[in-house]
Amino acid sequence: MNRGAWLVSRLLQIIPTFILIGLAVFVLARLLPGNVVEALLGDRGTDEAVARLTAQLGLDKSIPVQLLQYFKAILQGDLGDSLAMRIKVTTLIADRLPVTGMLTLMAMVIAIGVAVPLAFVAALNANRWPDLAIRWVFQLGLSSPVFYVGLILLTVFAAGLRWFPVGGYGDTLGDKLYHLFLPAVALAFSFSAVVMRNLRASILAVLTAEYVDFARAKGIAARLVLFRHVLRNALIATVTLVGLHIGSLLGGAVVTESVFAVPGVGRLMVDSIFSRDYPVIQALTLVLAVLVSLAFLVTDIVQMWLDPRVSR
Amino acid sequence: MKRLSAPLIGGMILLGAVMLCAMIPDVLAPYDPLGFDFAALLAPPSAAHPFGTDQFGRDMLSRTISAARIDLQIALFATIFPCVLGVLIGLFVGWYGGVADMIFGRLVDLVVTFPFLVLVIAIVAILGPGLVNMYIAITIVGWVAYARLMHSEVLVQKAGEYVAAARVLGYSTPRILFRHILPNAIRPVLVYLVSDMALVILLGSSLGYLGLGAQPPEAEWGVLIADGKNFFNQAPWIALFPGAVIVIAGLGFSLTGDGLADLLEVKR
Repeated sequence: MNRGAWLVSRLLQIIPTFILIGLAVFVLARLLPGNVVEALLGDRGTDEAVARLTAQLGLDKSIPVQLLQYFKAILQGDLGDSLAMRIKVTTLIADRLPVTGMLTLMAMVIAIGVAVPLAFVAALNANRWPDLAIRWVFQLGLSSPVFYVGLILLTVFAAGLRWFPVGGYGDTLGDKLYHLFLPAVALAFSFSAVVMRNLRASILAVLTAEYVDFARAKGIAARLVLFRHVLRNALIATVTLVGLHIGSLLGGAVVTESVFAVPGVGRLMVDSIFSRDYPVIQALTLVLAVLVSLAFLVTDIVQMWLDPRVSR
Repeated sequence: MKRLSAPLIGGMILLGAVMLCAMIPDVLAPYDPLGFDFAALLAPPSAAHPFGTDQFGRDMLSRTISAARIDLQIALFATIFPCVLGVLIGLFVGWYGGVADMIFGRLVDLVVTFPFLVLVIAIVAILGPGLVNMYIAITIVGWVAYARLMHSEVLVQKAGEYVAAARVLGYSTPRILFRHILPNAIRPVLVYLVSDMALVILLGSSLGYLGLGAQPPEAEWGVLIADGKNFFNQAPWIALFPGAVIVIAGLGFSLTGDGLADLLEVKR
């Protein structure tokens, strides 16, 4: 298969994925035990109020009709209204999503910036003290819950040393980056551990590969071999890893945003649970899954570009 | 037989300590975890209270010890249920293949597009916060990892000569599946189970912290930290020590998992 055909077929795959995601979220929303409307209104539910909310949520129709209306609304870019805030869910998410996007991106940059050089140091000193020290620190990263790391950073660098704000979000770009720095570090900690671990293993594997021996035998300088051959192949592995972990980063962002009071979609999701704002929860689940599937798509394309064997 | 490695021994010692706390909290805890002491409100760590006290004068060491039981319960239930479900599905899909295999592949692709935590939170949001609903949510999402492992392992085993021999001998399918293939295919799953316990301890305490998992007065490390976060400036020890114990428990499970993988020569 040539590259063009591979690309088209990969792009087309996204359509059934989107449909399945939509279907899954629809089914999920109907898992709710008992009557949603009565649960929402509680004792305040007069018959009239129940009927109105039932109609507003479209629950008075049959399931197939509901499903059809649901997909129609999504295609028209309508994800319903927030019950708690009485505005369009899409407006709400459009407002909050860039914050989470920036937080996740910053965490990714920090994690990769820290993990890639350290993975090289560790792999080139395999089983000597620099390697052991690096592996121990990252082992801690894998075992520390993100909210705990966040709280410690908050106490030391925000409340204690006052180097950073204790939470919230700024106005200008610089101010925003400044506000998001600590949350991003907290979020990056465990992810950098994952990257470091995998990259170290793949560098070690590449170092013993035949083409590296061959390059060395040709008399190419050790440093050149490292950068031209080892780095390139190890980075392919890292790209895949980052793509596959977008989901766990977004999940971590939900917790991090709650710790640092960052007004992103994660905080919105947790708040919506306590205000029983089901349309918002439903829409966020949908949007985040769509984002992850897009991230998978981009990962596949980048991977094909880096490693032409993928498209074959 | 390979020798036990240092990480494995270290991991098992950490786990042993946490398990001891869960088994005999009354013996180990110096005070009643719920006993108020108004003479020692927000007392910093001292010889009398090594982990300090909270805003009601409750001894944090005793509270942390008494919380071990629920966190270990999370480690157990939040892995066993997804494991059993995933193993059964992986076993049948791997054996029968065909349409089941196709549907399984689609389902796996679908579940992995949802961020794990977001999907768990969404399900908890629908069912309502609490430990039981958290287990249900984690099972609905978590079985996939186990089923994938089991599925690929069954495909390998299915081609084995011993399976052909069992078929020739006329053994029933359930007998071949459960008596022959399962014991041979389960090893990577069990190793993954131990490492997964580290992940669900972090997950369970995160949900407890957010107010979606264990509910106060249930003592759980994440819940203790959530209690302490309001006093983080005056009394950081309230949240600091339970958090350190989460790290110890997480470390214990992940070191043990890694050690077992090496020992049993399971590739990951």
